[in-house]
Amino acid sequence: MKYYRSHVLVCVDPDCLRKGAHEALDAFQDELVAQGLIDEVQVLETSRIGACSQGPEMMVYPEGVHYAGYTVDDIPYIVEEHFLKGRVAKKFELPAETAIDEELSAPTPKEVRVVLRNCGKIDPENIEDYIAEDGYMGLAKALTSMTPEQVIDEVLASGLRGRGGAGFPTAKKWQFCRASTGQVKYVICNADEGDPGAFMNRRVLEGDPHAVIEGMIIAAYAIGSSQGYVYCRAEYPIAVQTLNIAIEQARTMGFLGQNILGTDFSFDLEVRMGAGAFVCGEETALMASIEGKRGEPRPRPPFPAVSGLWAKPSNVNNVETYANVPQIITNGAAWYAGFGTEKSKGTKTFALAGDVKHTGLIEVPFGLSLREVVFDVGGGIKDDKGFKAIQTGGPMGGCLPEAYLDLPVDYESLTAAGSMMGSGGLVVMDDETCMVDIARFFMEFTQEESCGKCTPCRVGTKRILEILDRICGGEGREGDIELLETLCEQIKQDSLCGLGQGAPTPVVSTLKHFREEYEIHIREKRCPARVCKALIRYEILPDFCTGCTVCARNCPTGAITGERRQAHLIDVDTCIRCGICMQVCNFNAIVIR
Amino acid sequence: MTIATVDGKVVLEAVDKAVKEHGATIDELIPILNDVNRALGYLPANALDEISRRLRVPKSQLFSVSSFYRMFSTKPRGKHVIQFCESAPCHVVGGRQVWASLLDHLKIGPGETSQDGKWTLVTTSCLGVCGVGPVIIIDDDIYGNVTPDQVAEILARYGETRE
Repeated sequence: MKYYRSHVLVCVDPDCLRKGAHEALDAFQDELVAQGLIDEVQVLETSRIGACSQGPEMMVYPEGVHYAGYTVDDIPYIVEEHFLKGRVAKKFELPAETAIDEELSAPTPKEVRVVLRNCGKIDPENIEDYIAEDGYMGLAKALTSMTPEQVIDEVLASGLRGRGGAGFPTAKKWQFCRASTGQVKYVICNADEGDPGAFMNRRVLEGDPHAVIEGMIIAAYAIGSSQGYVYCRAEYPIAVQTLNIAIEQARTMGFLGQNILGTDFSFDLEVRMGAGAFVCGEETALMASIEGKRGEPRPRPPFPAVSGLWAKPSNVNNVETYANVPQIITNGAAWYAGFGTEKSKGTKTFALAGDVKHTGLIEVPFGLSLREVVFDVGGGIKDDKGFKAIQTGGPMGGCLPEAYLDLPVDYESLTAAGSMMGSGGLVVMDDETCMVDIARFFMEFTQEESCGKCTPCRVGTKRILEILDRICGGEGREGDIELLETLCEQIKQDSLCGLGQGAPTPVVSTLKHFREEYEIHIREKRCPARVCKALIRYEILPDFCTGCTVCARNCPTGAITGERRQAHLIDVDTCIRCGICMQVCNFNAIVIR
Repeated sequence: MTIATVDGKVVLEAVDKAVKEHGATIDELIPILNDVNRALGYLPANALDEISRRLRVPKSQLFSVSSFYRMFSTKPRGKHVIQFCESAPCHVVGGRQVWASLLDHLKIGPGETSQDGKWTLVTTSCLGVCGVGPVIIIDDDIYGNVTPDQVAEILARYGETRE
């Protein structure tokens, strides 16, 4: 192996690319050649390091110096200072506190990184980096010392359950597929991560693609499959590119293709891209999409394990599920089952978002309480406001109030509380959030994404949205709550797939835990959180108003009148409640009633 | 069916290239449509005719697929397509104001193309770069942490001289 004195990680995340990361990278290489340093300094492309908003950025090891915000013209200076003279090019050095990954920071004490262990640390475009981190050890162990049945037993003993959200035992799925008759079987990876705000899978695909590939090869061996597909959403072009590079390298190294590792097991893998349809995350819709059809779900049974892609037995697992497999095989089921609770073993990645201090990706063992997730891992509520609710499970999940904060995060507890695990979106809401508005927002999403095949989902979500629009618009009626409850129940029971069945959950859970907010909206025509525009009005406090006229000058509709140095007045009928006046007022004289 | 405004020869070339690249089988339909949509900006009727002929797939099925997915357009699009992320994480960090600014500058609504054929404005589902929201994509360029004031400057980068 070649020895380098320095390793430079250069971020080629979309955000840095648009700021000229590639041009700077080329210039950097050229400069290293010009200075005769090219054999001493290794340059690696990687995903996000941490400060892409100030990008382009690079990290120099072993020193751990983080540079950002340079241009092509600054490259000779950085090379001269750092690599020739051996001192930090201060001008572009990021202070340690800003040099944090905006998506994935260092793990907090309560976190355990299994799936995310390599993300941001290895070069995803270099298979050797992965191998150096014990990559493909699990595959070697499985192929050379275990029978397919033993592999399934090991995964069964680990307690691994589907990370796409439903939590079905992974090994059981494999067993069913293995037991199905037929020569041709498919292994499919669901990388159609569509939940807004959830980007755990993207990060794994971009940061550690070989973990997913290795997991899929092991699954294929266990099931008896020789062809696999990764179905990745088209919104993730970098993930697709990284995967394709990784697959090619795995082929070159003999981990994919004919006679893998010299055994008589053969398997190959292809990436298929979606074209923008949320419902394709549903497994039957996903397979229809790979077949070149509209991505519409179909009733189950038959389950994919019996009749899936092209009516052949198929095994569909999520990115994160596959990424766990190599380490389960390498380290043993007992090691993995050491994390988590009795029924939910191992760890789960989450995208923590909303009104929490530290947003971004986390990975925690199952069984941690929601309180620990929000306050210990997430650092608590932003601006030290009060906690109001946490939504788990993405757009089809439920909102849980403070009383549920000590609930352990596992599949059964979240379902029992009226929410769900889902793929891993966690949205924290502070006490200035209107829960009716939140329910409306998520309903808007599912209504738009309903594929339209079955009536309960297509029409039902539309009707719910109309009622919620009315309530938020100040035209709620007695009986609306009961009507919502009936509709939700019907949609949940009668829809074809998980999208429709889950669509009412945000409404059901907010009705259950925040019913009084609905009642106040309907009966008193008031929005307690002061969010719903039709139910609020802006007022100027005469005692605080100095008559500076700044609000009147910024008002887009001319709703504010008043003489200079006299208290101003907002005309309720002309005001469109845009809130600009409140933002520009320097004297805190404008309030929402 | 869709409208044909693109030169027939250009259409045939684009279809030919895509079919040769992926192979003339039904399971390559979505990748083929994707390539043609990218090359021509949308899927004109004569492109679907040609794909139908080459893949031996009924046109009804092609239209069914091309009208289902959000990334395929059956109507001509502007020279530059602006995608605005409308999902919750971008929404809460000021996406609404950026959207208002876009509407204000472009004077077109969602899904519309400007009179001069320069811009098409569409909304998109979550792009998974929530850490830098609000996010807009113009053609293949991603812009993160966008503020309403930056909209004019970003749009100006796509001037007449730039292809």
